Amino acid sequence: MTSVHELMDYAEVIERFDPVLGLEVHVELHTNTKMFCGCANVFGGEPNTQVCPVCLGMPGALPALNGKAVESAIRIGLALNCEIAEWCRFARKNYFYPDMPKNFQTSQYDEPIAFNGYLDVTLDDGSLFRVEIERAHMEEDTGKSLHVGGATGRIHGAEHSLLDYNRAGVPLIEIVTKPITGTGERAPEVARAYVTALRDLLKALDVSDVRMDQGSLRCDANVSLMAKDATEFGTRTETKNVNSLRSVERAVRFEMTRQAALLASGGEITQETRHFDESTGSTSSGRTKETAEDYRYFPEPDLVPIAPSREWVEELRGTLPELPWERRKRVQQEWSLTDAELRDLVNAGAVDLVTATVDAGATHAEARSWWVAYLTKEANARGVELAELGITPAQIARVIALVNSGELTNKLAREVVTGVLDGEGEPEAVIEARGLKVVSDDSALEKAVDEALAAQPDVAAKIRDGKVAAAGAIVGAVMKATKGQADAKRVRELIIARCS
Amino acid sequence: MTADLTRATAAELAARIANREVSAVEVAQAHLDRIGEVDGAVNAFLHVDTEGALNAARKVDEDIAAGAHVGPLAGVPIALKDVLTTEGVPTTVGSKILEGWIPPYDATVTRRLKEAGLVILGKTNMDEFAMGSSTENSAYGPTRNPWDTDRIPGGSGGGSAAALAAFEAPLSIGTDTGGSIRQPGAVTGTVGVKPTYGGVSRYGLVAFSSSLDQAGPCARTVLDAALLHEVIAGYDPMDSTSIDAPVPPVVAAAREGANGDLSGVRVGVVTQFSGEGYQPGVLRSFEAAVAQLKQLGAEVVEVSCPSFDYALPAYYLIAPSEASSNLARFDAMRYGIRVGDDGTRSAEEVMSLTREAGFGPEVKRRIMIGTYALSSGYYDAYYGSAQKVRTLISRDFDAAFATVDVLVSPTTPTTAFPIGERTNDPMAMYKADLCTIPANLAGNAAMSVPSGLSDEDGLPVGLQIMAPALQDHRMYRVAAAYEVARDAALGAPVISGVPQLAGVAR
Repeated sequence: MTSVHELMDYAEVIERFDPVLGLEVHVELHTNTKMFCGCANVFGGEPNTQVCPVCLGMPGALPALNGKAVESAIRIGLALNCEIAEWCRFARKNYFYPDMPKNFQTSQYDEPIAFNGYLDVTLDDGSLFRVEIERAHMEEDTGKSLHVGGATGRIHGAEHSLLDYNRAGVPLIEIVTKPITGTGERAPEVARAYVTALRDLLKALDVSDVRMDQGSLRCDANVSLMAKDATEFGTRTETKNVNSLRSVERAVRFEMTRQAALLASGGEITQETRHFDESTGSTSSGRTKETAEDYRYFPEPDLVPIAPSREWVEELRGTLPELPWERRKRVQQEWSLTDAELRDLVNAGAVDLVTATVDAGATHAEARSWWVAYLTKEANARGVELAELGITPAQIARVIALVNSGELTNKLAREVVTGVLDGEGEPEAVIEARGLKVVSDDSALEKAVDEALAAQPDVAAKIRDGKVAAAGAIVGAVMKATKGQADAKRVRELIIARCS
Repeated sequence: MTADLTRATAAELAARIANREVSAVEVAQAHLDRIGEVDGAVNAFLHVDTEGALNAARKVDEDIAAGAHVGPLAGVPIALKDVLTTEGVPTTVGSKILEGWIPPYDATVTRRLKEAGLVILGKTNMDEFAMGSSTENSAYGPTRNPWDTDRIPGGSGGGSAAALAAFEAPLSIGTDTGGSIRQPGAVTGTVGVKPTYGGVSRYGLVAFSSSLDQAGPCARTVLDAALLHEVIAGYDPMDSTSIDAPVPPVVAAAREGANGDLSGVRVGVVTQFSGEGYQPGVLRSFEAAVAQLKQLGAEVVEVSCPSFDYALPAYYLIAPSEASSNLARFDAMRYGIRVGDDGTRSAEEVMSLTREAGFGPEVKRRIMIGTYALSSGYYDAYYGSAQKVRTLISRDFDAAFATVDVLVSPTTPTTAFPIGERTNDPMAMYKADLCTIPANLAGNAAMSVPSGLSDEDGLPVGLQIMAPALQDHRMYRVAAAYEVARDAALGAPVISGVPQLAGVAR
């Protein structure tokens, strides 16, 4: 199945070609009910339990539009600086596929609800790149096919297929960029930064779970290359199954190197759908669009046109939350962060977490030190997103407070956090269970100090001679003896008292 | 006694049941007996729900005995076109592809009938997916016209019209996409109404052409149709295209019209619906009807609606286009028959084999026409142009209704034609809907009321009355007045001329 690709060295790709990107992002809205019926819109669930005559496309059933979905679509459009249509319609996209109950998808075609916008995305070096938005339109999701018996889990080679219609009719917003040009070597980074910015935006709007791993945020990456002297875009490929932010970047980069090698050897790019493989980081050919698919779009006669009043649109504009980039700007000013500090904070995806930790009583320096410096490493080690690490800003704020009050040392605090991350419960429960209290009983410490002084008489003598700096060695020994549970400052005080 | 019950009007039956002169069960049984007696010759029913009907009737009798308030048609039997879903009762749409399908839900019309205490006798025959004008396209054999069983009862709702003319039911429900209520009404001597589009919910109406389909009442009298109209009409949030407005006062209009005075009513005769292709006896019946309207006090003028000439071609692009998409869901995956699933074939192959075996030739023809008309490169020329014609037709109606209250025409150019005569000539078949299609394209109200018999063949002729959207009551008033005058002139209701049906057991 795996095909071997000739790849061009990336530096050479950039020297010879200009990449052009087009990103199509599908977002599942987390409305209570589906787009056109009253079925629950919940991820998971026993197959075919969240269905009714409408979302199963039973004969005679008709759609009734979910007003909340329209509201979310408009809010997304506004947040993306789009124009909101004064009048628009749904259309039917006709094609046969078993997981699509009506064999047409109710979607929007030439009359999207939102169009002509842009999203400014922050790149790794803190600079901004403007991605122009072509449109954001509403549509319904399909069901899911599970292909059984094949080696790849894809329909080709499967022995039979199972259908689950729980997802059929879940509201989707498809956000399509205009062709993204002028990125040069940063194309893969721009692609990732765009999807990241979009995810943060949708999260701030509270319209979707935006979980790429669960498919509530899905990205199709269109990539083409133009030779440096070309005046027209090259033939593009559309890569699907890009299920993480990192994959977006990898998939774009791979396609660039694959296409460049093919073009350089005199080959032609086939306009096709390609499939990204997480394990190899490569793409493979899916459906070839030999004949352009004819979806026979026409206006959906079962739904009336949508004409959002300008008053409503303005009312919704008023409900937009502080958008991620606005918040970043504010946070930088309030906390007097340097550009580098802000970049670290943003790159770690920790703005919300740090802000919440500050709201829970910590200083921003303390909070940033935990989230950006320590927990980001933990998240990487554990292979999860920072926000899904399993510890809350409130918990971190409590740990910080315990350190400040002297009940925990920094080392102990990290152990407490590890316990929380390992699922041992609240910080207090971890402290209790692991016995992680600072040894503040002076008599116990004095005993340890005496033992350490006795074990290193020469050092003890130096301290008695007034060479206080020598106390460090004794502190180390005491800390070792108490398994780190002593307050080093107090230990030092005791040593000096003993030797004076 | 039984003959008495099956010949009574719905209004009479409802009154007698409410007064406990007769029980709803007796009325239901009389009609079930009648179906058993004559439906072998007519084939109006695809499914008779004896048990469901008797249970529903019993419930009405209990309610009345308990002194509960019941609706104006409680206990009256009704036949339901097999295009409306009925929970637990088969719904085939006249197609083999849905053979054996038991819907898990009731159409809104079905639910409203049940809530109003009507007794659903069963499901009536129809052209497959409501595509046809003769009921010959049913996968379950043609329905025969009770006036002459060698002739068609019209279509697609031939079963619903024939059931009335054969006295198997006093009321029935039809659906009208291009004339499927009105043309069968005309050729069987019964009343058929296509309400304003959006007046009756389409939820549970298996779609042929979504922007044209409309369910409506069928009856033997104008008042009965009005009573039924008010039961089924009204806003339904399950149908986005249903109109959120009060139901037009059709019952009051029918009662007012029965007084026989049409003074001050302006009637427009559509000049386009005459001449070549129209049976002389049909035109003579129509002219006599117009003369009677004048005698009732109406002011009659001629009105030209030039765009109506393009209604038929526009319809045969729009309806098949929508149908090609609406019928895509019949793919063997979730319901209906499945062909070729022997473990070796792909889902796509099974879909294809099922559709090949499950759809009849007329359905396939329209799916192909519609698929073609929507294809890229052809869309503007076909579907797009047809939509423009639709706008022009609406404008013609608007202009006409600026000067007249209602428009009239023959319902269909000919009387019932012999079974088999037009089956190999689709164009001849399509022309049966020449006069009825404009009202579907524009969405306004229209009905057919019997205008007597054609003098050359003794078969029923229909008078079509059209009214503006949401002015359904206007046509009921005119129809009720005309009905009284017509019966007085003929000496008896048109329907009383139906010959005795041979007692062929079902």
